[in-house]
Amino acid sequence: MLLIRCPYCGERPETEFHCGGEAHIARPDTPADISDADWGSFLYTRTNPKGLHAERWLHAHGCGRWFNALRDTVSDAFVTTYEMGTPRPDPISETAKA
Amino acid sequence: MSQPFRRASGGRIDRNRPLTVSFNGKTLEGFAGDTVASMLLASGQHLAGRSFKYHRPRGILSHGSDEPSALLSVDWRHDRGPGYRDPNNRASVVEARDGLVVKTQNHWPSLALDIGAVNDLLSPIFVAGFYYKTFMWPKRFWDKVYEPIIRKAAGLGEAPEYPDPDHYANRHAHADVLIVGAGPAGLAAALTASADASKRVILADEGAEPGGALLNDLTSTIDGQPAMDWVEDAVATLDGRENVILLPRTTGFGYYNHNHVCLVERVSDHRADAPEGLARERLWQVRARQVVLATGSHERPLVFENNDKPGVMLAESLRAYVNRWAVLPGDALIVVTAAASAYRTALDAKAAGMRVEIVDIRLGADCGPELAAARDAGITVRTGHTVIRALGGNRVGALVVAPIGTDGSIGPKLTLDCDCVAMSGGWTPSVHLFSQSRGKLAFDTEIDAFVPDKSVQAERSAGACRGLYDLGAVLADGFAAGSDAIGGAASPQPVEASAAFTGFQPVRVLPSDADPSRIKAFVDFQNDVTVKDIKLAVREGFESIEHVKRYTTTGMATDQGKTSNMNALGLVAGILNRPIPAVGTTTFRPPYTPVSFGALIGPARNELFDPVRKTPIDGWAAQNGAVFEPVGLWRRARYFPQAGEDMQAALARETKAVRSTVGIFDASTLGKIEVVGPDAAEFMNRIYTNAWNKLKTGGCRYGLMLREDGFVYDDGVVARLAENRFHVTTTTGGAPRVLRHMEDYLQTEWPDLDVFLTSITEQWAVIALQGPKARDVLEPFVSEIELSETAFPHMTVKTGSVCGVPCRLFRVSFTGELGYEVNVPADYGEAVWTTLFNAGQKHGITPYGTEAMHVLRAEVGYIVVGQETDGTATPDDVGLSGLVSKVKPDFVGKRSLSRPDMVAAGRRQLVGLLTKDPNEVLDEGAQVVKDPGQPIPMKMIGHVTSSYRSENCGRSIAMAMIDDGRARIGETVFATTPTGFTEAVIAPAVFYEVKGETADA
Repeated sequence: MLLIRCPYCGERPETEFHCGGEAHIARPDTPADISDADWGSFLYTRTNPKGLHAERWLHAHGCGRWFNALRDTVSDAFVTTYEMGTPRPDPISETAKA
Repeated sequence: MSQPFRRASGGRIDRNRPLTVSFNGKTLEGFAGDTVASMLLASGQHLAGRSFKYHRPRGILSHGSDEPSALLSVDWRHDRGPGYRDPNNRASVVEARDGLVVKTQNHWPSLALDIGAVNDLLSPIFVAGFYYKTFMWPKRFWDKVYEPIIRKAAGLGEAPEYPDPDHYANRHAHADVLIVGAGPAGLAAALTASADASKRVILADEGAEPGGALLNDLTSTIDGQPAMDWVEDAVATLDGRENVILLPRTTGFGYYNHNHVCLVERVSDHRADAPEGLARERLWQVRARQVVLATGSHERPLVFENNDKPGVMLAESLRAYVNRWAVLPGDALIVVTAAASAYRTALDAKAAGMRVEIVDIRLGADCGPELAAARDAGITVRTGHTVIRALGGNRVGALVVAPIGTDGSIGPKLTLDCDCVAMSGGWTPSVHLFSQSRGKLAFDTEIDAFVPDKSVQAERSAGACRGLYDLGAVLADGFAAGSDAIGGAASPQPVEASAAFTGFQPVRVLPSDADPSRIKAFVDFQNDVTVKDIKLAVREGFESIEHVKRYTTTGMATDQGKTSNMNALGLVAGILNRPIPAVGTTTFRPPYTPVSFGALIGPARNELFDPVRKTPIDGWAAQNGAVFEPVGLWRRARYFPQAGEDMQAALARETKAVRSTVGIFDASTLGKIEVVGPDAAEFMNRIYTNAWNKLKTGGCRYGLMLREDGFVYDDGVVARLAENRFHVTTTTGGAPRVLRHMEDYLQTEWPDLDVFLTSITEQWAVIALQGPKARDVLEPFVSEIELSETAFPHMTVKTGSVCGVPCRLFRVSFTGELGYEVNVPADYGEAVWTTLFNAGQKHGITPYGTEAMHVLRAEVGYIVVGQETDGTATPDDVGLSGLVSKVKPDFVGKRSLSRPDMVAAGRRQLVGLLTKDPNEVLDEGAQVVKDPGQPIPMKMIGHVTSSYRSENCGRSIAMAMIDDGRARIGETVFATTPTGFTEAVIAPAVFYEVKGETADA
C-alpha cells in the first residue's frame, strides 16, 4: 500500500485517498467560446506519460482537500505533493531532493 | 509408534514433556520441541505422502518452510468439532503438540499401497503440456467428460469442507527498523539497530525459536563459545530492550510499496492449552522506516534418477534432524554433494553414530579443507563421482554411483547400500522479499546465484540472503546492516566466529549414462516435474523461463519452487546454451509461504465483512416484518409483507394504499448536503443545470446535475432555506460522489467562491407521507406551520416542529400524490415515525418499501438516475431538457450539450413500453429490436430500464431507452425474454394519471 503525503495532514495510507486524474488542466473560463474540437480535448485528451505525472488527489477520508502530486508512473513513487493552485514543481530538483 | 531413531540425549527437545500426535490413525510419540517431521523420522517413518501427478512415494526433503513433499492434512482442534482441518501443511513446520490429528494426502486406499501410482507407469503419457495437448478435441467432450475428471483428480490435498471456525487477528504496526529473519544476521542486525533505545525495532522469524541455521549447529563457535550461547545472549539482550518486539513463528510473506511489509504470526496452533477464542493467526501490517532482510538461503537438491525416494533429504536438513531434534534418519548414510557444507552433515552424522560415506561430484583438487576433515574422521569420500540412480521402494535402499572420467565418461558402477541419503547441490539465497520490494537482482557467477543488487525501497539485505555463507562474514554483515538501518549510529560489535565449510560447484543434472528418456530425475518435487519435462518444453519452443514455468508447472504450488528454481533455471540455460542472466528468473510473488484466507480476512467476515448502514427507522421496520435489501452500504426496507403475502401481493397492497389513502416511507437514506455561504446561489448555478437565482427562500426545485461531459450525474430536490442556505438532496447511492464532485469544483475551479459544503445525510431522518390522506395524518402534529394548499403549496419547504421536534418539512412528492417529507433530527426519527404511524391507523396508513416506491414513481414517469440513465444520457434523452437553463452562460456540462453527437438525431430516448399481454412483465435490461425475424446479429434499438407489475394501472408497465424513441411512439417492437421475444408498443413514459389534489412535479 502506498503512502501519500497530504500537504495538510502528512503521510497517510493510500486507502484514504481518491485519485482525480491528470492535474493542471484548467477549465476554460468561457466554455462557450471554445471550439468543439478544443472542448473535446479538454474533456478527454490526457498525456498518459511514462514517468513523472502530475495528478490530482483528494484526501477523501481525511481533511477532504484536493491537492496535486507528482507521481512516477513506472515506479509508482510519489516524488512530491503540493497544494492546488501552485505550479508544478521542477521534477529534476524534486528528484534530487528525494 | 515408539521412537527407535531418537538419540538418547541432545537436541533442542524437552524429554520431560512427552506428547503424542495421531498420524493416519496411529499414535506418534515425541517431545515438546518436535515437529511432525521429526516425530515421523524418530519413529522410522520416512514415507510421508504421495506425489501430485505420479503418486510416487515421497518422504521428508527438508526441515523448514521450503518443504515440497511431506504435505499433510492437519486437524488442529479435533476435539472442538469439525472445520479445524486444512490441507497441505508442511510436516517440517507443523509443531508437534498433543491433540493434533494428521493424515497423509494423495493416495487411495492407503499411503503404502496407492492405486494412483499406476500413473507412474503411465508416465510416458503424462508429459509436460499433457492436458493442453490431450483435451483439445472433440470440443463437446470438454464440459461433460474431461473437465469433471480433471477436476476430480486435480489439486493438492482436499479442500476444507466447513467454514473456518477459528478467529484471526489483524494488527497494524509501525517500526523504525523491521528485521525479517532471526538467524545470525538478523540477530546481529537487531542488536545494533536497537542499541539506540529511541528506535522501535521489530524482529520477526518464521521459526519457533530464533537462531536460524545456528539451531542445527553444534560445532560453530562465536567468540570461542558455542554459537547457540551467543544466540541465547543476543535474545536475552533483545528481550531486555523495551524498544524491541520479538516475533517468533512470524513469517514475512509480502513486501509492498513504501516499506509496507505483511507478516503472519501463528498464535495458537502450537499450543495444546490455547483457550477457545484465542486467535489462530495474526496478520501484522508493518510500516517500517527501514527494513533489514535476513532471510537466509535454501539448499538445492541434486537431480538424479529416483532422487525423490523417501529417505533422500537435503544435507543441511539431515544435519538439523540429527542435531536439533536428536533423530537419526537411518543407520547408513550416504552424503552426495557438490557443496562443502554437506561435509559438516557427514561429520555430525558420524559423530552421532551413523555409518557415513561421501560421494562428491567435485574432483578432489576442487575441494577445500572439508575433504581432509572428513577423511581424518574416518569417512570414505569418493570424489569425482556421480550418482546414476537411487534404488528402493518406499524407502531408499542403495545408490548406484560411478566415477566420472576426465572426458565426462561414466566409469564402472558401484552399488552402495544405505537407508538414507543427504544431498546438496549448493545454496540459493532467499531473495523473495527483496524481489517483491522491486529490488533488482544481479547474477553472481562466483556463487551461481541471483543476489540483491539495486534497492528500490529503504531496505538492505544481510547474510546468506545476499550470498554470504561464512558465519563470521554473516555476523559482520548483520551488525553493519542494523547499524546502517539507523543511520550508521551504532558501532558494530566485533566478534570472532569459527570458519565454515563454504563453496560449491554448480551442477544441474548429475552425469549419467542412462537413457534420459527412460528415467525420472526430479527437478520440482511438488509438481512432479522431471528433467525430461523441462527438456521437452524447451524443445517445443518455450524458451522464456516464465513460459517454461507455466508449461511444465515447475516452481508452482505451495513451495513456489524454493528448492527447485535454480536447478530448473540452470537446466534451461544449459539447453539453450545461454548464460543464466540471459534466461532470467521467474517473478517472486507474494506470499512467500502459504497464508490462510482467515489471516488475510481477519475479523472482516459475516456481519463484520462490510459495515451495514441502518436508518433511524430500521429497528421499527425489522419489528414490523420488513424484507430488507442492500442499497449500496445501506440496508433498506424493500416491502412489508403481511401474513401469507408474497412480494407481488405486498406490492399491490402498498402501491394501492398510497394512491387511495396514505403510505409512509423511510427516505432517510437520501443523500443530503447543505450548501451555505454568501456565494451559495452562484455555486448552485454553476453546478446544476437549473437556474437558482429566482428560487425564493422557502421554495423547492427539482435539480439536475451533469458531469462536464454533459451526461446526467445526479438529481434531487433542492430547498432554499434562506438566501444563503440550500438543503440539497441526492440519490441514495450518489451522496458521497456528489459531495466529492461539488468539493472538486469548489476547491479546484472556483476557490474564489465563499461556500461551505456539509454532508447532513446522517443528521436528518426523512419520513415520507404520500397519498390523499397525507395532510390529515400530519396536521395534528405540526406546530408553527400551516399545511393548507395555499399556505404550503407543492414544492415548498418550511421549518417548524413536528411532534414537538424541530423539523424541515418539505411538500414534495416522488409518487405524484400529495406528499410531505418530514425531516427530523435522526435521534427522533423512530419516535416521530411511530407517532405518525399510530395516528395514521384511522386513515389506513400503510408502510411501504423501496420496491413500491419504484413502482409508484415509474407509474408517473419519474426517472431514477442510474437506472434509466447509464452515464451516457443527456437531459434531453430522458425528457428533462426543460430543467436545463437556456439563459445561464455556463454551468458544469453546458458546453458539452452542444457538441455534435449530443444533439444528433436518433439518440436513445426515454419512452414507455406496454406489452401486448398486459400481464407480462418485461425483464429489466432486455434488449429491444424492431423485427425478431431479422438475421443474427440483430440490430438492437434499445433496452428496457425499468419494468414492473402496476396494480394501479392494472397491467405491466416498463420504461425503456429506444433509438429516436419519442418519434416512435405507437410503434410495435419486440423485447427479448429468456425464451425468445415478446411484443410491446412504444408509449409515453407516463402510465398513471393522478386524480384529486395532484402534484405537478
